[in-house]
Amino acid sequence: MSLSDTAPASPVAGKPAATNPFYWTLRREFWEHRALYMAPLVVAALILFGFIVSLIGLYGRARELAALSPDEQAAAIIQPYHFATAAIILTTLIVSVFYCLGALYNERRDRTILFWKSLPVSDLTTVLAKASIPIVLLPLTNFMIIVVMHLLMLLINSAGRAAVGLSTAPLWTHVSLFPMEVVVLYGFVTQALWYAPIFAWLLLISAWAKRSPFLWAVLAPMALGVVERIAFDTNYFGALLAHRLFGGLDAAFAGSQTSPVVSHGMVKVGTKFPMIGLEQLDPAKFLSSPGLWFGLVIAALFLAGAIWLRRYREPI
Amino acid sequence: MTCIQAHGLRKTFGTTVALDGIDLRVEEGRILGLIGPNGAGKSTALNAILGLTPFQGELKVLDRNPWSERDVLMRDVCFIADVAVLPRWMRVSQALDYVGGVHPKFDRAKAEAFLAKTSIKRVSRIRELSKGMVVQLHLALVMAIDAKLLILDEPTLGLDLLYRKQFYDALLNDYFDHSRTVVVTTHQVEEVQNILTDLMFIDRGKIVLDCSMEDFEARYAEVLVGPEQVAAARALRPIYERQVFSRTVMLFDRVARDQLRAFGEVRTPSIADLFVALIGTKTATAQGVAA
Repeated sequence: MSLSDTAPASPVAGKPAATNPFYWTLRREFWEHRALYMAPLVVAALILFGFIVSLIGLYGRARELAALSPDEQAAAIIQPYHFATAAIILTTLIVSVFYCLGALYNERRDRTILFWKSLPVSDLTTVLAKASIPIVLLPLTNFMIIVVMHLLMLLINSAGRAAVGLSTAPLWTHVSLFPMEVVVLYGFVTQALWYAPIFAWLLLISAWAKRSPFLWAVLAPMALGVVERIAFDTNYFGALLAHRLFGGLDAAFAGSQTSPVVSHGMVKVGTKFPMIGLEQLDPAKFLSSPGLWFGLVIAALFLAGAIWLRRYREPI
Repeated sequence: MTCIQAHGLRKTFGTTVALDGIDLRVEEGRILGLIGPNGAGKSTALNAILGLTPFQGELKVLDRNPWSERDVLMRDVCFIADVAVLPRWMRVSQALDYVGGVHPKFDRAKAEAFLAKTSIKRVSRIRELSKGMVVQLHLALVMAIDAKLLILDEPTLGLDLLYRKQFYDALLNDYFDHSRTVVVTTHQVEEVQNILTDLMFIDRGKIVLDCSMEDFEARYAEVLVGPEQVAAARALRPIYERQVFSRTVMLFDRVARDQLRAFGEVRTPSIADLFVALIGTKTATAQGVAA
């Protein structure tokens, strides 16, 4: 039983109860879409489980590791931590995309919009609350999940090493949590801003489509690119789209020659994870990139469109 | 105070005219029944009043334009649009929390008290409740809101007799207090006849009848006429006749009851009978022509 059930329910006579439509709209989104927090938590739990299982052969591997060069040792130790980060980020993205596509579409399909609209919550509040989930809330909560996960991994790893009589020193020298988490946080913030127009586009389609929002959201931009290609034999729109989809890391991080962060705009996901150090954070470059601001303007326009649609179109 | 006022309210969908310039005036403290066949424009009228659809003409609800001032208006207006609009994934306790969290005029204790009279559990999800219980829950939420206007669009559709009766009893006993206004549409007219203060028939976008229940009772009279008196009774120009066994039931508009008593027992017709008299015949004819 929650506190609110036992607290005196009636406000003092004459005084209106304190209400907060924005907060409660967020609450109900998390009630309805439990995947928003369950998916990253489940992925985190699976990774931790896999990590614990991987400790079984720890002793043997530690001896193999000792034969490697210091750089390779460091890479091997840090790899699971980066893998965990990447898995949560990927989960965040997938969850966000599907959340956005359904956010303003499902309520029309199941007619609950008539209930939501019977309450004094403006369409502006509703759409902004929904938009803030992929752009603000999920990046922050999932960042915290990653931090907790890294801490747990470090503890488990240390305990495992200590149990088989290995030194924990290599862990603490190679896994430097603080800079790692600063990079992750910076990554989350910059990528959320960079991808804001994508999320806003998905919300707009979600508010507009009578059916199949996913198909509209994906096929409409593709069709535009194809038409441009055929009509003018140019690829401006396609390039713009590719820049938006794959250029986020390029815009936020300075590339370095020794460890290429990005190749063709995408993080190399493979056996060797790219090492991103603090020195590669480049907020000045990010904040001065026209792509960021152009994207934010587009995002604002798309969101305005979504608000307008929810406000002024027949609800069903 | 006038709660709803419309002048020349008009709404078209393409070439279909849903509302054909209706005039409407609902005073505060009334319970208006808006009755009409399917597709008559009832829901369109309610949607216009609720600011869910744009319209032509003049419409003021609580002195506001519902389309342009919807956000403010919804603090004083509640509606139950349909039986099935409560989110199925929501728990009863969450519904209480949520409405309490967004509506400044929601009194949670009132809603809890009403729910205590039902068998609805706080931890249940709405999808687990029966249709009747969902409506009880919705009514509990709405009745706990101190609103000035309550709109009910087919609130009891698909409910069994007991739930329907409970619904209107609760509405009348626990909610209505003469400073509130209720507008209700329903096809189950027999059940609302005794609670309405005003009656409005709407057909093909036009208002066919608009009168208070006092007027209704004064104006309309029904007499069961034996075969030998049919001709004499017809001279008084009944607006509708139907056969019951070997006798004829005639419905009269504005004929003195003293005159009618000569033919048999005079009584107030049911809304359903008047509805058939005023709209049923025309609609049947129209459908016959169309077919």
